[in-house]
Amino acid sequence: MAGVQAFDEMGRTGERTRALYGKVAHWLKETPPELLASRRAQAEYMFRRIGITFGVYGDKDAAERLIPFDIVPRLISRAEWRKLEAGLTQRVRALNLFLTDVYGDRKILKESIIPAELILRNPFYRPEMIGRRAPHDIWVHIAGIDIVRVDDEEFYVLEDNARTPSGVSYMLENREVTMRLLPDLFARHKVAPVDDYPDELLACLRSVAPRHDRGEATIVILTPGLYNSAYYEHSFLADKLGVELVEGRDLFVEDDQVFMRTTLGPRRVDVIYRRVDDEFLDPMVFNPESVLGVPGLIGAYLAGNVTIANAIGTGVADDKAIYSYVPDLIRFYLSEEPLLKNVPTTRCREPDGLKYVLERLDELVVKEVNGSGGYGMLVGPHASAAQREQFAAKIKADPANYIAQPTLALSTCPSSFEAGVAPRHVDLRPFILSGADAVRIVPGGLTRVALKEGSLVVNSSQGGGTKDTWVVDDFEDEA
Amino acid sequence: MLARTADNLFWLARSMERADYIARTIEATLRLEYLPKTEGEKTGEWEGALNAAGAYDSYIAEHGELDEEGAVEYLTFDRTNPSSICNCLENARTAGRAVRTALTAETWTAINDAWLELKRFEASHRFSRPMDRVALTRFLDYVKKASLDFDGSCYRTMLRNDAYWFNRLGVFIERADNTARLLDVKYHLLLPSTESVGGSLDYFQWVAVLRAVSAATAYHWVYRDRVKPWLIADLLILKRAMPRSLISCYETIDRSLDSLARDDGRSGIAQRQARAMHAKLERASMTQIFQGGLHEFITAFIEDNARLSSTISEQYLFT
Repeated sequence: MAGVQAFDEMGRTGERTRALYGKVAHWLKETPPELLASRRAQAEYMFRRIGITFGVYGDKDAAERLIPFDIVPRLISRAEWRKLEAGLTQRVRALNLFLTDVYGDRKILKESIIPAELILRNPFYRPEMIGRRAPHDIWVHIAGIDIVRVDDEEFYVLEDNARTPSGVSYMLENREVTMRLLPDLFARHKVAPVDDYPDELLACLRSVAPRHDRGEATIVILTPGLYNSAYYEHSFLADKLGVELVEGRDLFVEDDQVFMRTTLGPRRVDVIYRRVDDEFLDPMVFNPESVLGVPGLIGAYLAGNVTIANAIGTGVADDKAIYSYVPDLIRFYLSEEPLLKNVPTTRCREPDGLKYVLERLDELVVKEVNGSGGYGMLVGPHASAAQREQFAAKIKADPANYIAQPTLALSTCPSSFEAGVAPRHVDLRPFILSGADAVRIVPGGLTRVALKEGSLVVNSSQGGGTKDTWVVDDFEDEA
Repeated sequence: MLARTADNLFWLARSMERADYIARTIEATLRLEYLPKTEGEKTGEWEGALNAAGAYDSYIAEHGELDEEGAVEYLTFDRTNPSSICNCLENARTAGRAVRTALTAETWTAINDAWLELKRFEASHRFSRPMDRVALTRFLDYVKKASLDFDGSCYRTMLRNDAYWFNRLGVFIERADNTARLLDVKYHLLLPSTESVGGSLDYFQWVAVLRAVSAATAYHWVYRDRVKPWLIADLLILKRAMPRSLISCYETIDRSLDSLARDDGRSGIAQRQARAMHAKLERASMTQIFQGGLHEFITAFIEDNARLSSTISEQYLFT
């Protein structure tokens, strides 16, 4: 689909401006370039000063890089949001039921809805969890579901992030910065607030505490530490939630109970919001080399004495091969039609699929089924012949490891640069919280933007930036 | 509070305080260097400065030759010196990042601003070394201000809870150590027998000691007298009103540990040790200290202070 004009969410130059963006278009037209420039500089200063940084692996000089922030907000109407919200809620309900089933009755395999080896040979499948249930049957407490659009009708799900999705701190800080930098523009819209996210997260985590009559649950956030690329976010969330930010060495297990080392001695822990991957959680069960984890943690978990969020083994729902079956999962578990579409996905593990993909490498986006962060993918139309050839060899060597999707003309939004305002491709990552009592979604999410002209890769590790995302009411009245 | 958090808060405060002390020591030493000297009056100022920073032995081991340029570099930007100003500020920020949730926004911003400024100083230093004295003065002023901003934001914005008490303990245990080390390096100048007429080189050395602990003005307010060495010792050891005196530091240490004990509902060896040291300083007089030997007194103090620091670590599970 290269060469196809992407849908612009504001409306291209010369086209009619979408009513939703009336005031933003006006503001962009009326604001002198120097003022926009000074706003951009102020934004960067604020981010650097607060220390909102992001580590990039393999780049030593840039150990603390800022994620570029684009000052022009991205708008979503309330009506569009309602549709999204319903679709996202449906999707995470199905994912949670799927995980209960996968580690439980395996109805889905018995009825051959998905091939068994996709689960059983999946590197993120955790045999340790066979026959186990997650507390309250909630596995994916925090999901980040990546959404793209190609026209003003449909939203497509691009990816389900069900392990330890990050980015929510940027959603919150972007809003703070925008409110300070663009107070007038902000005031002219009715923007749904996002700052209740920490409270919602806390309520979600409280709701899934193991059933013990121990009074208020003690919640902690487990981080791999200072050098993790998302450390800022971990400390930010701990601060907003008012809970301790712990590393593995701050915790220990005794009699299948988890304790943290405090100045007053050991203190019992009930819920761990972990930002450490499964395989590093417990050296006694997983990677024995891991110093990030807590020996005995899995034992405590299996004994039902602590809740781990997200649960262990959710990686199977995060897999891009499983992704292609999620609409089937929704039909199977909920007997509902999916409200959100998947991007059409070809599985290379199927011989016809493989043939199709290899013949159209110059048109398709090919992804590793377990890749993340924009690593291990090929954007066919943007790759050289040599790169495609190399990638083809990788696919042939291990077809099951790849899926392919059409190169979507992701929608664009206006971005502000030194040279002026120009459209750039965007996606959206809303954060969906599943508790024992309710599914909670703060309106909006993190909009990621590919700042390089023509680029479709929005990942911050690949030069992407972020924007504030406004879910706005009643735009027609005043447009 | 997590034991690791308490540990980081404690060392964060110590690092910021140490950076300030080293900056002041360099300043005072530079002033001494400016003094006109005759050939016979080689005073070994930089040796004293390095000693006061506890860095003399490692400097000699690494560089051998001692001169102003080498000593200044070692105390400011040299990353191989664990107590260089750069390392102090870097360590402070690393500790700060690790415990951001225990810091107020103001305190974190003070630490982070100091660090960002440090990166700019380091970048420009790479291209123009050695630093000329104008640039060096600007750098030292910045370090002192960084420490002031940090301390001020802690004082003004932190809740008076365990985080604050560990911060205070870090500041004042480090400060007591610094004052004691300075006294130890210069103790021979402060003995009563060395009294001499104003205007001698010694006189300026005494003033330099006062400057190193920002007490030159305070001295005159307290004693209303010209600078006399034993009064300097009195000021820095026993004067409660002097915020860097050993007794003043121990007043705060004692109180902070009491506050911790009160909040926790339990008291331990650290509280007893601090109380004993505070009481000993309260009972002491300069006459008695000089009789027992100033050097001996200070050496014993430095050891006791270090012991208290490790007791705190053990009691609150840092280690």
